[in-house]
Amino acid sequence: MLNPKQKLNPDIGTNDIETKATRDGFGEALLELGAKDENIVALTGDLAESTRVLPFAEKYPERFIECGVAEQNMMGVAAGLALAGKIPFAASYATFSPGRNWDQLRVSVCYSEANVKVIGAHTGVSVGPDGATHQALEDIAITRVLPNLTVIQPCDSIEAAKATTAIAHLKGPHYLRLTREKTPLITTTDSPFTIGKANILKEGKDVVLIGCGPLLYNGIKAAIELEKENIHVLVINLHTIKPLDEETIIWAAKLTGAVVTLEEHQIHGGMGSAVAECLATNYPVPQEFVGMNDSFGESGTPEELWEKYGMGVESIKQTIKKVINRKVKK
Amino acid sequence: MGKLSSTELQLTANSIRQNIIKMLVEAGSGHSAGPLDMADVFTALYFDVMNIDPHKPDWQERDWLILSCGHICPVLYATLAERGYFPVSELKTLRKLGTRLQGHPHNLSLPGIETTSGPLSQGSSQAVGVALAFRMNKQKNRVYLVMSDGEQQEGQTWEAVMLAGKEKLHNLTAIIDRNNIQIDGYTEDVMPLDDLRAKYEAFNWHVLEVDGHNISAIINAYHEAEAIYEKPTVIIAHTIPGKGVEFMEGKYEWHGKPPKPDEAKIALQELRTLQGKIKSEHE
Repeated sequence: MLNPKQKLNPDIGTNDIETKATRDGFGEALLELGAKDENIVALTGDLAESTRVLPFAEKYPERFIECGVAEQNMMGVAAGLALAGKIPFAASYATFSPGRNWDQLRVSVCYSEANVKVIGAHTGVSVGPDGATHQALEDIAITRVLPNLTVIQPCDSIEAAKATTAIAHLKGPHYLRLTREKTPLITTTDSPFTIGKANILKEGKDVVLIGCGPLLYNGIKAAIELEKENIHVLVINLHTIKPLDEETIIWAAKLTGAVVTLEEHQIHGGMGSAVAECLATNYPVPQEFVGMNDSFGESGTPEELWEKYGMGVESIKQTIKKVINRKVKK
Repeated sequence: MGKLSSTELQLTANSIRQNIIKMLVEAGSGHSAGPLDMADVFTALYFDVMNIDPHKPDWQERDWLILSCGHICPVLYATLAERGYFPVSELKTLRKLGTRLQGHPHNLSLPGIETTSGPLSQGSSQAVGVALAFRMNKQKNRVYLVMSDGEQQEGQTWEAVMLAGKEKLHNLTAIIDRNNIQIDGYTEDVMPLDDLRAKYEAFNWHVLEVDGHNISAIINAYHEAEAIYEKPTVIIAHTIPGKGVEFMEGKYEWHGKPPKPDEAKIALQELRTLQGKIKSEHE
């Protein structure tokens, strides 16, 4: 049922699936990159531990810049480092970076084509108890609108590590969207990962579920459960939100005739909107959106928040059924 | 290029001022006061202080000039052209469709432009980043940051100043165009900035103050900055906005507008008269 070519974790759907946070995958990959390339530099704004740049900072103190609680400066300093030939990874919570320093990202990094890697940690309501102020739900919208910027959200820790390595080797501005909680390992080290190329995680012909980030695991669970109801869901991991893999999205829309998008982000302006923009101009089909519907989050556990805000497995199943009912009957 | 004499430097600044007027009147928009008042500082930097090669703008060992207050770019463009980075004739394309001389400087548009600026104070952080990179690479290049006084009101300026002080970036020398004006009025009315010296000293910077129209004094200040190894240096350059054009001098109304053709004619006449005076004083 799952796409064998993707070499996904065989424990998917079981209760003993291993979990790990995407931020950990990033931190480990950054440490490895540090050993291979002395141009790799890390910056943070007083969040070295929770963004997981701390191991790099301890091993390579001469290539680590603690900017203090000053994200606008951090982004500009990263731009300067990049223009002088360094490969800076600037890490903070996404609400602060790219949230608080968007103008610096726009001009000093994107318009200047500075080779800066922006690491936005703690995205989505799954940040949990810290509450709405720290739950980034708008960062995809404000990054994907910027020319020259590649936007990526890995679905698990392993993919986060691959993405970190990949963006280090690609010139130009990149935004990597990370999450706080330990989440299931959907992929394995053998799974394919190419920036800009969406992955088909599960075959299906009735509807396509396009998701990004660890929330995809809820989507996979929903799809597996729907098989029992004879609903066959095609599941796509759209880890690269920009540039968009239009070819795969259009192919999936043609095959299934109905789309559900799934993201831990505002539905307005997010990944789902990117998919809708693509399909509206190429192959319009009914589409439903799972994500935050124009509201802020609150304190709670990740599971409670997913349930409350319509991103739980049941909600995803209901949304899939809803879009199937909207399909144009042939 | 050998060192220019004091008279040659003054004549260069005068020529840059004339070109600023010519390009602004042709563009029909842009800023007048700041570019005119910084002509002496830019002359000092590009014709004496900086280690550069106009024929090799990407030369690894060059010093970097980072213009944070991007809106005064006419003085940067006119100086680069005067120094031979590109033909003086291209100055007339300022702000026009397809030009390399964008309304605010863009690093990818024109050789010699190191960074992009416009939204104020972004250059201060960029300069800190470049200076840090040079230190990591053990490169001897120096970073020359140019700021306006108005942009000292931006929080980002002080974030950058704080980090430069913490990191003791002695390869970074900033200069502030202390012309006391900004778009909405006089700086001390809009948002008081004094005591700038005390503020920078409190952030662990070495502070110098100069007459921003005395080119020799500006050059000397830069030499002193090079000798300071413990901290970054800021030079507060006291300037007269619109310097060299009497009807613009000291008036904040000329911060953000260009001269009209008849005004440009008067301005150019004044500058040519001044040019004659500089020459005759030398003879």
